Amino acid sequence: MAMKFRTMKRHFREGAKNIWRNSWMTIASVGAVTTTLVLVGAFLALMLNLSHIAGNLEEDVEIKAFVDLTAEQAEIDAIGAEIEEISEVSLVEFSTKEEELEGLIESMGDEGQVWELYEQDNPLSHAYIVKTTDPLDTVSVASQIEAIENVEKVNYGQDVVQNLFTFNNYARNIGLVLIIGLVFTAIFLISNTIKITIMARRKEIEIMKLVGATNGFIRWPFFVEGLLLGVLGSIIPIAAIVTGYYYLSNNVSSLTQFEFVELLSFNPFAWQLSLLILAIGASIGVWGSVMSVRKFLKV
Amino acid sequence: MIDMQGVYKTYPNGVIAINGIDVTIEQGEFVYIVGPSGAGKSTFIKLIFREEKPTKGSITVNGKDVLKLKWKQIPYLRRDIGVVYQDFKLLPKMTVYENVAFALEVIGETPKTIRKRVMEVLDLVGLKNKARFIPDELSGGEQQRISIARAIVNYPKLLIADEPTGNLDPDTSWEIMRILEEINAGGTTVIMATHSKEIVNTIKKRVIAIEDGLIARDQHRGEYGYEV
Repeated sequence: MAMKFRTMKRHFREGAKNIWRNSWMTIASVGAVTTTLVLVGAFLALMLNLSHIAGNLEEDVEIKAFVDLTAEQAEIDAIGAEIEEISEVSLVEFSTKEEELEGLIESMGDEGQVWELYEQDNPLSHAYIVKTTDPLDTVSVASQIEAIENVEKVNYGQDVVQNLFTFNNYARNIGLVLIIGLVFTAIFLISNTIKITIMARRKEIEIMKLVGATNGFIRWPFFVEGLLLGVLGSIIPIAAIVTGYYYLSNNVSSLTQFEFVELLSFNPFAWQLSLLILAIGASIGVWGSVMSVRKFLKV
Repeated sequence: MIDMQGVYKTYPNGVIAINGIDVTIEQGEFVYIVGPSGAGKSTFIKLIFREEKPTKGSITVNGKDVLKLKWKQIPYLRRDIGVVYQDFKLLPKMTVYENVAFALEVIGETPKTIRKRVMEVLDLVGLKNKARFIPDELSGGEQQRISIARAIVNYPKLLIADEPTGNLDPDTSWEIMRILEEINAGGTTVIMATHSKEIVNTIKKRVIAIEDGLIARDQHRGEYGYEV
């Protein structure tokens, strides 16, 4: 049944009025929403950034396959072709032994000059630098490359990479479980607070029904009220997260010693997170309010 | 207007409140429901607007078979019936005006009509100047008059009052009765449960006495018939 526009307007007005009429309950509910959303928000920011950093580290993983010193040019090309055949491989780059030496000298800085002596008689091998589409395939791809003829050895930081992947995997799973747990706790806490506040109003609901109000007529203002409670409750968390994240993302490099720590950039991440928090707040508010009122409608 | 045939009501806890009632009330009548406490008066009234459902029997109100109503249809039955409660049942956080307006908002009236009509009935019950108060700020008699205003604001065909003078002093009670008579004079059927011997014996109307869940007496221009 199509609702009259003025009735809809009435529901919004009434829902907003209820925020004032039940000021103590509003404070209790908004407080519960605020507390949990601050936790959820901070935790989400932490987890998403950890995951982002872990992802960056994984991106940096590459396989270096050193070519046997005695290999002829044709054999070297054959290695390249074979590596490209491996389906998980996304990028293959050939690096001559001269380039390898240059890279080595550069990475050594001032001490690198000693190595310049070797420019005449380069002891290094040519190498293929290989990246996989999914960093997690690194280990299996590396062993496939190692099996190719004329590949002397492969290097991908074996121990470090294995540990990194295991750690990241754990971190992501634990983070996911914690977030789900936290969101559920939030839903439980908030809907309980709202339930208590509505319980106190069951008499009102009963009266409305006796005056001839339909369930929908009673429910709508509660829907609006829940929505507003959720939105009001997300104001402080959003402000806290935006300012906190702004400060953090500007200062993170000076706060930590690690250069590889690079946070998700403030814009758009902080805004996306704010939007997410607003959405969580609003839906929990609506859900808690509509679910609680449902019980008292059978009069 | 109201037709009950072979109506029984047993509560889940085993109490038999109505034990076989046949009664017909015509449009425009003014009927007192009298009888000892716990004899079934309140249940009788609640059956009319479907706050309670009979265990057995048939009830027709305003042409609607009350038993056949679905949950969704009950609100529409109640819109034709104004109910005045002994405990007023006002919405505590709404102003006098909002309480009365609620009954009109429910049926989707325009704000303009609502304003006009609410002030009209508040004038009728003499509370025009208290429109912005909340119920708690008013006396019992004033609250009762608000609940009457709310009950009649949408021109119901039937007005039910469950001991509307029960908590009020004599002066206020007569004032309430004057309002109810005025409404009845306008063609609205009025059913009023009461314990007031004085009122029943002074303003003579049809009297239905309910005792032990049965109609013990039904007479026009009757007496209260019980010692107080």
